[in-house]
Amino acid sequence: MSDCSSPYVSTTNACKLCKPLGACLAFRGVEGAVPFLHGSQGCATYMRRYIISHFREPMDIASSSLGEKHAVYGGEANLKQGLMNVIQKFGPRLIGVATTCLTETIGDDVPMIMRAFRREMSAGQADEGLPILVDVATPSYSGTHMEGFHTAVLALIDQMASCSGSSSGRGKINLLPGFVSPADIRYFKEVCADFGLPAVVLPDISETLDGPALEDYQKIPQGGTPVAEIKDMGCSRQTIELGRALYRHSTAGRLLQDRFQVPLSSLGTPIGLRETDAFFEVLKNLAGCEIPIKHATERGRLIDAYVDAHKYIFDKHALIYGEEDLVIGLTSFLAETGIRPVICATGGKTARFREAIEDVTRDILPDLPAIREGADFFEIAEEAEALSADLIVGHSKGYHLARRLNIPLIRVGFPIHDRFGGHRTLHVGYRGAQRLLDCMVNAVLEKKQEASSVGYGYM
Amino acid sequence: MSTESPLIFEEREDQIYRKGEQPYRLACDRDSLAGAISQRACVFCGSRVVLYPIADALHLVHGPIGCAVYTWDIRGALSSGPELHRLSFSTDLQEKDVIFGGEEKLFRALVELIDRHQPKAAFVYSTCIVGIIGDDLTAVCKKASKAKGVPVIPVHSEGFKGNKRAGYNAACKAMFQLVGTGEASGISPFSINILGDFNLAGEIWIIREYFRRMGIETVANITGDGRVDDIRRAHGAALNVVQCSGATMDLAKMMQEKFGIPFMRVSYFGIEDMAESLYAVARFFENKSPEIMARTRELVREELSFLNPELKKFRQALAGKRAAIYVGGAFKAFSLVKAFRLLGVKVVLVGSQTGTEEDYQELREITDHGTIIVDDSNPLELSSFLKEKDVDIFVGGVKERPIAYKLGVGFCDHNHERKEPLEGFVGMVNFAREVCTSMMSPVWRFVPRRTKPIAKDRNIRSKANNEFRTRNSE
Repeated sequence: MSDCSSPYVSTTNACKLCKPLGACLAFRGVEGAVPFLHGSQGCATYMRRYIISHFREPMDIASSSLGEKHAVYGGEANLKQGLMNVIQKFGPRLIGVATTCLTETIGDDVPMIMRAFRREMSAGQADEGLPILVDVATPSYSGTHMEGFHTAVLALIDQMASCSGSSSGRGKINLLPGFVSPADIRYFKEVCADFGLPAVVLPDISETLDGPALEDYQKIPQGGTPVAEIKDMGCSRQTIELGRALYRHSTAGRLLQDRFQVPLSSLGTPIGLRETDAFFEVLKNLAGCEIPIKHATERGRLIDAYVDAHKYIFDKHALIYGEEDLVIGLTSFLAETGIRPVICATGGKTARFREAIEDVTRDILPDLPAIREGADFFEIAEEAEALSADLIVGHSKGYHLARRLNIPLIRVGFPIHDRFGGHRTLHVGYRGAQRLLDCMVNAVLEKKQEASSVGYGYM
Repeated sequence: MSTESPLIFEEREDQIYRKGEQPYRLACDRDSLAGAISQRACVFCGSRVVLYPIADALHLVHGPIGCAVYTWDIRGALSSGPELHRLSFSTDLQEKDVIFGGEEKLFRALVELIDRHQPKAAFVYSTCIVGIIGDDLTAVCKKASKAKGVPVIPVHSEGFKGNKRAGYNAACKAMFQLVGTGEASGISPFSINILGDFNLAGEIWIIREYFRRMGIETVANITGDGRVDDIRRAHGAALNVVQCSGATMDLAKMMQEKFGIPFMRVSYFGIEDMAESLYAVARFFENKSPEIMARTRELVREELSFLNPELKKFRQALAGKRAAIYVGGAFKAFSLVKAFRLLGVKVVLVGSQTGTEEDYQELREITDHGTIIVDDSNPLELSSFLKEKDVDIFVGGVKERPIAYKLGVGFCDHNHERKEPLEGFVGMVNFAREVCTSMMSPVWRFVPRRTKPIAKDRNIRSKANNEFRTRNSE
């Protein structure tokens, strides 16, 4: 079997989601934004349900609710009416419009419709009353939710960022974290603050998808990257873009570099010691100071834990699946603890995935893990049965596999539909690695303890 | 609630009715308003939920990956045997398929999957994109059926071609292709098909057991714990018993027309409707077998003798509370209104995604003065109604849950993801327990909606606390 392409025509139990879902998640990380899908009503509803089940938070996604006649004559009128209705009832600062396979195929020219809408709207009133409208093409038949996510971030910056306005952005850094958890975003913000580095984090779902109990239902949840800060991202002194799968792609970070000469640091998602060291190294240089004592201590504690744990987990075999950058980060992390990743699988097809896995494992693993791109859970299961694994690391949808093979599943990433608090999982930084390590070791210990007839009280 | 902009869309005003406060009119069966954030899904969703529980069929979604992945193992529709329905199959259409057509890929996928899983039949769901690129689903299915020797049935469920109800209809048409293709000999004259029960949390097993105790044979479950071969011989049953009328009534009507099988509408939620459903079936067979009615009376008596003391505890705890209901099909709402009444809970809001004119008429008749009845609502409306009516418990599905919780309102999942059976007599106890579990939790005393006066004024604080304590201990 070739390493990259599936031998099968059909897909069974996909290990990916569709492109517009990723775009909606990215738009949810902008302050005052309403994600809007141009397509039939079902898309928005299905994605809402899927996202709500993970975050346990409201996730309102507007839809142009196209019907049969719109599929024939075009969805322009419904898109405009939908935008108008969202403006009137939600009072958004921004509407992020993502297309779907339906509207991409019937040939609606969304950028043109949005221009026309803007013209019609501003003819009658002052322009400042109008929210910012950002559009992104996300046909579901091309790419996964991660491409939808990154494309939406790129669209936000492409259509909003500048450097002409106020100079309030100067001296700030742009942090493009990729699709990580609300807990991860909170961690990034804390670290930047501890370094004394003012940072614009885009998108920022730390509050919008993990909000407090409030007295009223918020039409648009509080939090998110402020629109004014996105506009100023072209003035920042540096962009840090996380995710090795993105290297050399036309990304938001690259655009800021090319258009506004904002220097770009492309780094891996900081999962595990080495990738986090690289992240902190960049922050150290930017801040011109040593790593804050709090984080230096966390780093030391992590290495201490690596040592304390090493015998329990050495050469345990792990199967890892999920979004490209999460898998790359986890692979890097597991390899340095002595756990051996044997299968690294993703539903996406990103040219950089294989190279990135090789990069993070080359110096530390004796053999390269099997790398599967465009994989579904049917293929992952086939592989898993051939290679005996001790741990499965990924989101909830691998549960059936873990159950069948009687292998512990460590839940990370998205979606976590069968456990509580999945969206508060911390993956990144020294602290995230510490937490993940504890989970891995305990899963191994628990398995060993339960499998033994002795009933060990010390492990 | 903020009043800077009214939350009700002008276009939707006639889809909201306040009983007793205005002359009755309630518009329904309309396309959802763009930008209103309807809680509705699509045609595909309607077909998928109806056919999904047929456990030994292959369910192949012809389209891009989203439609299949969002419906993977989506319902707690249990099977007593094969579990092929719990796998998510897709043709995962790519750009080149959209340009050059997906028929070839669909055929090859069907052959591959039928060879791999040996299903009793295959359902092939059409999605939005298939409707646009014009793949001839029927022709491909026919070809695959011929090649593989199993029924391969197209489901015309392009998402944009209406709402969920259109999807129910497409599912019924697909199933109807199977009905009558099997051997119907050896079926008891006292036999039924159970339509419109999806075996969430094993509910159809409870219902089948009641019918068995009455002396009635169930031929086909349509579709909970469903089997292709049972559906093929479903025309041998004497009666179709239809719950969830929106979803499977079309099939009952088609079967009546072609095979002369009468049907009746039933509901298994709540004591009143559950008992009446069994009695109605017993009455149908009464002429030929009076014993069935006797056995039914005995059954109901037995069940109630166990139930009533259980329910009494819950009734005491729940008396005077206020409930809101928002569900997919309105049929479920009728029973919920009655079930809440039995528990002494006042229903102050009831709505559905796809109710019909007749459904809403019926809701109007069975609800109290002041109740809000709403069609195709959205989070803004629902949240404002919950606050206005000071609701204690909201019954809905996953999409409604965060609306309730953010407002500090209890919640009961009455949709696909529930794990406790809510049908049958035992279901009534489970329902009451679930409502209690949420409503009686101490957590509500900490939510801002209940604690707001505390921050402002110490006197109000003690008053509010007392009031809250009283309400919770009643």
